[in-house]
Amino acid sequence: MNPKEYKYTQEHEWICPESGNKGKTGLTNYAQSQLGDIVFLDLPAPGTQVEQFKKMGEVESVKAVSDILAPVSGQVLEVNQTAIDKPQLVNEDPYGDGWLVRLELSKPSELDALMDSDKYDAFVAELEEEGSE
Amino acid sequence: MSSPYLPNTDTDRRAMLQDIGVSSAEELFQDVPEKFRHARFKLPPPLSELELKEELRQLSNRNANLDDYTCFLGAGSYRHFIPSIVEHITSRGEFYTAYTPYQAEVSQGTLQAVYEYQSLVCQLTGMEVSNAGMYDGSTAAAEAAIMACIIKKRNKVAVLTTVNPTYREVIDTYVKGRNLSLETVELNSSHLSSDCACLIVQQPNFFGCLEDMEAYAQKAHNIGALLIAIVDPISLGMFKPPGDYGADIAVADGQALGNPISFGGPALGIFACRKEYVRQMPGRIVGKTVDVEGKPGYVMTLVTREQYIRRERATSNICTSEALMALAAAVYLATLGKKGLKQVAELCYHKAHYAAEAIGKLKGYSIVFKQPFFKEFVVRCPIAPPQINQALFKERIIGGLDISHMIDNSMLLCVTEMNSKQEIDKLVKILGTYGED
Amino acid sequence: MGHHYLLPDISQPGKIGCSLPPLDVTPAELPPKELLRQELELPEVSEVELMRYFTALSKLNYGVDTGFYPLGSCTMKYNPKWHEDVAKLPGFASIHPYQLEESVQGALQLMFELQEYLAEITGMNATSLVPIAGAHGELTGLLMVKAYHQDRGDKARRKILVPDSAHGTNPASAVMCGFEIGVVASDNEGNVDMKSLESVMNEEVAALTLTMPTTLGLFDPQIVEISQLVHERGGLLGADGANLNAFLGRVKFGELGYDYVQLNLHKTFSTPHGGGGPGSGPVCAKENLSDFLPPLVTKNNGKYEFISPAKSIGRIANFYGNFGVMVKAYAYIRSLGAEGLREVSENAVINANYLKEKLKAYYYLPYDRTCMHEVVFSGKQQKAKGVHTIDIAKRLLDYGLHPPTVYFPLIVDEAMMTEPTETESKQTLDAYIDAMKEIARDADENPEILHTAPHNTPIRRLDEARAVRNPDLRWEMRSQNLE
Repeated sequence: MNPKEYKYTQEHEWICPESGNKGKTGLTNYAQSQLGDIVFLDLPAPGTQVEQFKKMGEVESVKAVSDILAPVSGQVLEVNQTAIDKPQLVNEDPYGDGWLVRLELSKPSELDALMDSDKYDAFVAELEEEGSE
Repeated sequence: MSSPYLPNTDTDRRAMLQDIGVSSAEELFQDVPEKFRHARFKLPPPLSELELKEELRQLSNRNANLDDYTCFLGAGSYRHFIPSIVEHITSRGEFYTAYTPYQAEVSQGTLQAVYEYQSLVCQLTGMEVSNAGMYDGSTAAAEAAIMACIIKKRNKVAVLTTVNPTYREVIDTYVKGRNLSLETVELNSSHLSSDCACLIVQQPNFFGCLEDMEAYAQKAHNIGALLIAIVDPISLGMFKPPGDYGADIAVADGQALGNPISFGGPALGIFACRKEYVRQMPGRIVGKTVDVEGKPGYVMTLVTREQYIRRERATSNICTSEALMALAAAVYLATLGKKGLKQVAELCYHKAHYAAEAIGKLKGYSIVFKQPFFKEFVVRCPIAPPQINQALFKERIIGGLDISHMIDNSMLLCVTEMNSKQEIDKLVKILGTYGED
Repeated sequence: MGHHYLLPDISQPGKIGCSLPPLDVTPAELPPKELLRQELELPEVSEVELMRYFTALSKLNYGVDTGFYPLGSCTMKYNPKWHEDVAKLPGFASIHPYQLEESVQGALQLMFELQEYLAEITGMNATSLVPIAGAHGELTGLLMVKAYHQDRGDKARRKILVPDSAHGTNPASAVMCGFEIGVVASDNEGNVDMKSLESVMNEEVAALTLTMPTTLGLFDPQIVEISQLVHERGGLLGADGANLNAFLGRVKFGELGYDYVQLNLHKTFSTPHGGGGPGSGPVCAKENLSDFLPPLVTKNNGKYEFISPAKSIGRIANFYGNFGVMVKAYAYIRSLGAEGLREVSENAVINANYLKEKLKAYYYLPYDRTCMHEVVFSGKQQKAKGVHTIDIAKRLLDYGLHPPTVYFPLIVDEAMMTEPTETESKQTLDAYIDAMKEIARDADENPEILHTAPHNTPIRRLDEARAVRNPDLRWEMRSQNLE
């Protein structure tokens, strides 16, 4: 369902750890389905320092603005210009081509505070049940 | 209880109260503490439409109106020709009793008209995008200043002294509101603080004169600031538009485009800017798209900028603006068209110059500024302007704005296409009687 | 021909839309060429074609003159026609704001009397008519709050409190005045949660702005407690007066404890909405705040004149407010009188409660208590069947009815904020009720027709994502000569 190697936040961001204390981040499938058609991304420039669970950018759908929180602390290495130019990629392929920002982690142990895919699957299942009550 | 605006009869109300399950309407106010529920109001007793129309007609007759009096007063509110078609369109109930077009499927009239308005403003100003309009020229300028500070991430706004003083005051109120600062820049000063987010200029300026806009654009851009130009929309019938001289944001008051003077309001804040800044532009914007059947249609767009989505993070709090005035402006510009607007501008220009030349020749009078001007100019008078204006008024003429607190014994005169040669000659004749000594 | 074209499509070189007189004076020398524009590309269309075009556009629109318009907190009541005529009298429409004051005494008298009426209606001391719209009035009120505290030498008051049900303009206005926002939660009854207010109301708070009744259409019976708490801790209490239609002619904001209130002449006082303006947002204030108001009209020995109060916040608009709108509000109050105003709120509240009772079996009512002039339903029962409030709204258009406000207030899931106003008949309300019942049934039996609604409107659902992703915000006309 949600990729096994990724880690997840309660606000529906993911991080895919890479070697050398780096990682790609993005929004989960649940996030993109809740947001609807995504039309604009406001992402931090390379070199920006981000802090875990603090706002690092914004995602806009037609009628809503949501904060994107950093799943871990670190420095921005790259932003996904393709997604910036074509925001619907985040809807179409949230875990692949729709990645947002690549980070260099300053505190890799922060990954432990995140959910693994099983926990996140359960978390989302509960939310979906609540939503239909 | 009967009123033309209360369609329900006592029978209707009784039936409804029964369905609600209460015996009287009073019970529906139970949440209001008893002691507050029956306030007394000292208001005049009601009158019928017939009686009030007569009373208001008489009240209106106590005002000297510009159909009966010749007007040479401008300074931000102008008497221009309004073709009759404009009001016939804005008086249609489908336009003026409609709400803001949130339900696009039943608001295509409003939305398409706004798209036309936005396009016409861009054509007129030479700018890339326009919003659907704001309150008036002064608040549009103030909001432009705030927008510049947000874009440039700077806290200071620079304004030329030749900008309309009331506009400067409004900009000051808004800027101080956000705890930003305002720097006043003298006309030929070379100094512009590098921490300014924008330079605000007016063309023609408050005194009616045309300034070197390219030089201001360069000055602003040299320090990485935006140039905000406040323009006279009628002047754009003949003069170079802000888009051509490097303005980043252009604002104007659209009252002159098909709207009555109306004692200063409602007016219309025209607001246009470079495409790259569209996400920071305040106000509504209408965009073209298609519906599920592929038919072209119009919808409010980029709404995440606005207060009802972004709330405290919105660039502006603006909600209701001046939509009907923008419709009037669109109809006006479409009606005057390419040739008509140029003609109106030229009529203003030549009549104003005819008046200025004649007044300049009068003993005791002088034209204060030597620069090129459009339809307004400053005249130094032999005696205090209020005295002259009192005398003119007796002859059913409304004279220029007394600006003696800025320039000794001077008034700001305005001549438009509405002033005939006879009216100008009469003005000159009367003015001439004061310079004789 | 209809509307399926734009001005450039019907423009042809040589057409003219109106006639102008020839120049009757000797032409002057033209200014230097650098100052002049090279080309002015505007359409060229005949008056005939323009009249047909804009008439065709108008027919695509729905207004109060077309039918029912139950938008919550918008108070889309009928706009009396004779108001339109008097506003167009030359003595009102053709007067300049800078004319000698003795030449516009009729206008100044109208403004003075309107100021008095609005102060009387709200239980306040003084009024300024300058603010151009409701949000502008909110901004004005908050600038006055800021000035008030600065005048007292109290520099700590950096916050404005707003309820979680507040309209977006409330926090947006506060930020424009340099304030931070604090949010007060609502309780399960839809009233202010007093514990929440207790915890956030302190010496950092300049004011609480509280719409009354709230955007839930409910009168908060704790208002006296709320006012006391705020004032005890040195704050001011301001009202967003958008919902005044609920107790017009019956209750005074001043008596409830409010220090200032901002009004909407284009809501409560019957002036037309214009497709998005012009409006008018006067601010009424008690004695403690009157000195900070923007310019207003006073009467001195029978003469009317503009003055700027002693500690005025200064200029917030170029002139004196939307006079053309004031004329209509003045006419309205004069035609109703105190009794007529009371009848307005009575009928408005009856109409809203009638809708509430008749529809609560079909749509979830989050607060099952007496409402005031508006009622908020939730589409959450329909959501469970996959039908959203947006679908319900779009389907109402097929019945020739305008939907209520949707997705606001934010604290109600799938909200439908419904305000019928007093100018609607029981027959119209019954038609709306019947339509809503059918839609509820379709949500069960035929949801597809709701998902694909509207079907009968000039245009169907629009691709809003496309409008944002590929912005097309204007047409362009280039000069033929520049090739």
